[in-house]
Amino acid sequence: MMGGDGLALSCPLPAGDGGLVQLAHGGGGRAMERLLDTVIRAAFDEPLLGHRHDGAVFDVGGPIAFTTDSYVVKPLIFPGGDIGTLAVNGTVNDLAMCGARPLYLSVGFILEEGLPIVTLRQIVLSMREAAAASGVRLVTGDTKVVERGKADGMFVNTAGIGLIVAPAVIEPGSVRPGDVVILSGDIGRHGISVMAARAGLAFETAIESDCAPLAVPVLDLVDSGVAVHCLRDLTRGGLASALVEIAETAGLAVRLEEASIPIGAEVSAACEILGLDPLHVANEGRFIAFVAPEDAEQAVKILHSHEVARNTVVIGEVAQSPPGQVSCMGPFGVERVIDMLNGEQLPRIC
Amino acid sequence: MKFRDEYRDPASVHRLAEAIAQTAKRPWTLMEVCGGQTHAIVRFGIDRLLPPDVSLVHGPGCPVCVTPVEFVDKAIEIAARPGVTLCSFGDMLRVPGTQTDLLGARAKGADVRFVYSPLDALALARAEPERHVVFFAVGFETTAPANAMAVYRARREGIRNFSMLASHVLVPPALCALLDSPTNRVQGFLAAGHVCTVMGYEEYEPIANRYGVPIVVTGFEPVDILEGVYMCVAQLEQGRSEVENQYCRAVLREGNRPAQEIIRDVFRIVPRRWRGMGEIAQSGLGLSDAYLDFDAETRFGKVEPAVEQDSECISGLILRGERKPSECPAFGTRCTPERPLGVTMVSGEGACAAYYRYRRARVAAAVDG
Repeated sequence: MMGGDGLALSCPLPAGDGGLVQLAHGGGGRAMERLLDTVIRAAFDEPLLGHRHDGAVFDVGGPIAFTTDSYVVKPLIFPGGDIGTLAVNGTVNDLAMCGARPLYLSVGFILEEGLPIVTLRQIVLSMREAAAASGVRLVTGDTKVVERGKADGMFVNTAGIGLIVAPAVIEPGSVRPGDVVILSGDIGRHGISVMAARAGLAFETAIESDCAPLAVPVLDLVDSGVAVHCLRDLTRGGLASALVEIAETAGLAVRLEEASIPIGAEVSAACEILGLDPLHVANEGRFIAFVAPEDAEQAVKILHSHEVARNTVVIGEVAQSPPGQVSCMGPFGVERVIDMLNGEQLPRIC
Repeated sequence: MKFRDEYRDPASVHRLAEAIAQTAKRPWTLMEVCGGQTHAIVRFGIDRLLPPDVSLVHGPGCPVCVTPVEFVDKAIEIAARPGVTLCSFGDMLRVPGTQTDLLGARAKGADVRFVYSPLDALALARAEPERHVVFFAVGFETTAPANAMAVYRARREGIRNFSMLASHVLVPPALCALLDSPTNRVQGFLAAGHVCTVMGYEEYEPIANRYGVPIVVTGFEPVDILEGVYMCVAQLEQGRSEVENQYCRAVLREGNRPAQEIIRDVFRIVPRRWRGMGEIAQSGLGLSDAYLDFDAETRFGKVEPAVEQDSECISGLILRGERKPSECPAFGTRCTPERPLGVTMVSGEGACAAYYRYRRARVAAAVDG
């Protein structure tokens, strides 16, 4: 449906209608139709959107995973992505983590009066590109406009449906003692990139968000017959929060080797300066997999064959007790507890 | 990463730990002054690498922890006024006042923002001339020069919609107060490296002399801290009480003179109440007479001393190094970072928060047992 060819170079959208989003664009009348036609429907060559029906009707032919997420990032466009790529990849990734092949997405836009239409257009194009990369169809949507000052430019909600393809249930409850914990690459780049863009922090090298779709490597892993017990994409709260949540739900312990967790030099330096723990910093293109120990080597090998997961490593293992605790062996042979992020992530004083 | 990895080298760490074990013949109690050092000690388990007879107690050097409650209340009161934007460093926003914290005030509609630098607050005042921007300045000597610079520039540029609520504190008077206490058990100090980067260490020499305690200016990485402990223990074993500089890659004896000059120009030394420690003479910085127009207390009224609420929290004892977080019965049960009873559980550099974050299960088990 939405081939990858021509995405970057030839934009099929009419170039006109520069200007700003106005309240009328959400009013249900001609202005709204024009916005939808020229910016949104024009971006997605999607027959179901063309039906202009109250909803999308389709058949998926099996058990489904269903998820939703809202995106409120500031700034809207940051190094390595924008709110549109986040909104598509975030929901695609959530579906993949359920062992599902992402199929259909809905999108709800809440636009702030005064948003440049050129910005909206850029973000919609990013969504098209991200959807194409994961082979997912954006089939229904909604647009509202709120008064100036009532939203940070725009908020986006996406919901998604995927067809379950994993042979066994993938969830925290399926984790077993002895399982190996695998991480799909270096951590912390999304959080630092957004924080730097937001605060105007200038580092010598720009840190780009890791925002990426994860469905392809994850489904490859699931299809290969590797005994995948749990998957989790790392978002807000970072690696630490994801691990603690799974350990607590499973009632098991997770033991990590600190030295095995890949952290880029730029992220590491930024965290030192800001007083942040990289384990708590947000990601948008990384996941952890809990797999049976006998399959760990094969799982790593499969993930290495995908660009987005080429730096996959084993970072730890699951133990029986203490239940719910994640701990980490430090560089000097002293173990420490890893906790969830408490409250908002705030830089320290000195 | 350069300037970090070599100071986290496991071989150097174990070599220093071994040297300390060889040197220490008697039991010694040392205090690391700075919260940043406490954080590193707990995170890396440095105290566990020491011989059982050498014990580290955690000092008052967490600026957020020692900011008196009345300043937090005043900041909240100012923030609630129409037309005011209150800015501070991120971890100050979570510190509980008598009723609420600055994040709670923000949720109720106050314009509270966190900034990375006081100069960002000044930039905000320039950009939004219709608002009055107040910077809530806390910290030790480390943050004082940058905070002073913001006020200095505001005056030079004639920016009238900017003021500072200053609750600065100074390290040397606090060390004297600890040493004067009849319950003191500290025999040597690891002084705060970053404070000394600004101030140098001449002012510690009379303290080491008068009280007969070794003071070692120490950095923040594991190798720094262990070397600081080693130097301190060596002095104690040899019966010396001198000021030595472990953190020589950053600290000069005379410190940073231009930074000291701007502190002296913008601030004056005042008595200050410390949360958990009470009033300490000559231990704070307030704006000097020439800058009173930029003092938020001139504009919004004086900070009135508040009564610290009585609770089972022992943060005062912890800030004085008389107790460890693991000795508090409320630790990890009735007191957690989400529902802190006291401020040492709030700040990332508070000793209780560091224990909770890195060794909660073990401590909780010890308390239960």
